[in-house]
Amino acid sequence: MIEVTKLVKRFGAKTILRGLNFTVQPGEFVALLGPNGAGKTTFLRILASLSRPSLGVVRIAGYNLPAQAAAVRRRLGVVSHQPLLYGDLTAAENLAFYADLYDLPQPARRIEEVLRLVGLANRHRDLVRTFSRGMQQRLAIARAVLHNPEVMLFDEPYTGLDQDASEMLDTVLKNVATQGPHAVVMTSHDLARAENLATRFDVLSRGQIVASATPAQLGSNNLLTFYKQALEKAA
Amino acid sequence: MKNPYLRAVWAVFRKDLAAEFRSRELIPAMLVFAVLVVLIFYFALELDVKARTAITAGALWVTFSFAGTLGLNRTMSAEKDQGCLDGLLLAPLDRSAIYFGKFFSNLAFMLIVEVIVIPAYSLLYNINLFNRGLLLVTLLGSVGYVAVGVLLASMSVQTRTRDVLLPVLLFPLVLPVIVAAVKASGGFLAADAFTEISPWLNLLLVYDIIFLAAAFMVFDYVVEE
Amino acid sequence: MSPQPRTLKILNLVSLLLLVASTLLVFFYAPTEKVMGLVQKVFYVHVATAWVGMLGFVVAAVLAVVYLRTKDLKWDAIGLAAVELSLVFFFVAVVLGSIWARPAWGTWWTWEPRLTTAAILGMIYLAYLLLRQGIEDPVRRARFGAIYTILGGLSVPLTFLSIRLFRTIHPVLIGSGGGESMGMTDEMLHTMFFHIAAFTVIFITLFWHRIRLAQYAEKVEQRKLQVMQ
Repeated sequence: MIEVTKLVKRFGAKTILRGLNFTVQPGEFVALLGPNGAGKTTFLRILASLSRPSLGVVRIAGYNLPAQAAAVRRRLGVVSHQPLLYGDLTAAENLAFYADLYDLPQPARRIEEVLRLVGLANRHRDLVRTFSRGMQQRLAIARAVLHNPEVMLFDEPYTGLDQDASEMLDTVLKNVATQGPHAVVMTSHDLARAENLATRFDVLSRGQIVASATPAQLGSNNLLTFYKQALEKAA
Repeated sequence: MKNPYLRAVWAVFRKDLAAEFRSRELIPAMLVFAVLVVLIFYFALELDVKARTAITAGALWVTFSFAGTLGLNRTMSAEKDQGCLDGLLLAPLDRSAIYFGKFFSNLAFMLIVEVIVIPAYSLLYNINLFNRGLLLVTLLGSVGYVAVGVLLASMSVQTRTRDVLLPVLLFPLVLPVIVAAVKASGGFLAADAFTEISPWLNLLLVYDIIFLAAAFMVFDYVVEE
Repeated sequence: MSPQPRTLKILNLVSLLLLVASTLLVFFYAPTEKVMGLVQKVFYVHVATAWVGMLGFVVAAVLAVVYLRTKDLKWDAIGLAAVELSLVFFFVAVVLGSIWARPAWGTWWTWEPRLTTAAILGMIYLAYLLLRQGIEDPVRRARFGAIYTILGGLSVPLTFLSIRLFRTIHPVLIGSGGGESMGMTDEMLHTMFFHIAAFTVIFITLFWHRIRLAQYAEKVEQRKLQVMQ
């Protein structure tokens, strides 16, 4: 679903990503781990077509970025730590707005469906600015899955959520990830949550993937030791 | 609306208006500010009846352009603050559709303010401003002002200095609009011959077309990374 | 530090000689104008600096388009160099214009179309520098700078047109004629054109130096990053 070869991203003289290689198969849920400044957000913004690669090939769902960005965007759902929602509109109005942008057929039915999926069906008439952070994040997920994307990108979705809200988000993410042949990439600082959800862990350090493992390969080690070892080896 | 491009333009436009009618933050602020500017003109320039007729067009356009920057700053930072601009950019549509959506919503805000300020000004200064020519000039001038304004505001909200920067960037570029609008409005109010006024109308029209076309071409570069 | 290329060294010398030669022309070749006297002599430098300033802004606008097409930061650095240098020349031109205008038109400043447009153009490029100052990411800085330069390039002719219309509809008492209406002698014209040519060469020399400075700044930036990693 996602194929990235020799991706380089520079900002002026600063090189953030240095020849990064990365693939995701359909059905995989990849957790992208790494310290601050490793380039996780930059990488995700490139996958999301919001930022252009300096060099290298990025293919998503069979389309090239940035040349076929419109086709990629139609198949892409993004949740970031910001909700990308308008506080002065209701939940339903926000979704209706995005449904218009994506040119969805029968938007009303689809909006009802996704609101039920994230457990906000009874709050659809409330203004988003009255929502708690957790509810906003759930609505953000509803927005991201509105157009049935094949590839989902989560950038630090747990930022600013308390324990309860994070658990709720877990359930929602699992629901979303198991529906259809999705490929999911998630960046997170929260190793415990990542361990619960992901089917593969990739460690990003200094602009390259330095280690990769599946839960089976971790064996008796927990994710934290794997993560620490990977970073030490890279340093 | 069948065409997806027009549908996206319409969606952005309607979204801005819906948010504004819900929160009622922007238009009232623009209006109060505009009326204050009109009042300040009265005290600052001691407008007697004779001076009023000569200065009305200028006073109106200074008021509009100051109030306009408030609106431009507000609607663009609303997109930036919650990351909504990213949300718009993630949608599979031509980026210029976003520009035109924001263009029409800002134009609507500005016209609403103008439609209220003009009668208020007439009332306060006892001048008849109900003149079809003046309305035409107001429309043409606002189009040019907003066309450049939306483009520059979408850049200025992405900088550190933000609100402060917009007027500094905007005013030297819209100068031809202000000059032409003031002269044309003044011409209509003084009931000058149309041949005296028409060069100004042409200038406004040319400016509007050039900058709408330029914005259409460069807006991609404003939002891409 | 790489040494200056041979051509640049020659240009340094030529620029200096041209500067001296043009000064000599002003004082020993061009006749003193009858009405205004000695003050009129600043006119030659005024025209030349104004011309060079305009040239730099046109270069900047062209480079802005080139940058947006190629996305090579090199063009942005050169564009910035052109704007900075032109602003300096422009400032000199406006000040000299003022000095010339005082005896010629009886006032330090007049809202004459060329003068006013020049002032607005200066404001646009000051705004350009402010815009750049507010942006950290060098790529975005380059992109926004280029867009603003292009928009400025589009609006300046319209500004000139609008101020010109402004003046013809409401004629002013003081004449708005520039050099052409002053009854210049052949010697004066020669001096003027020599100045224009000389200052163009001087501009190119300074421009080259400024570009080299930008390259050094870029190298320093790269070294810094290397050390940090």
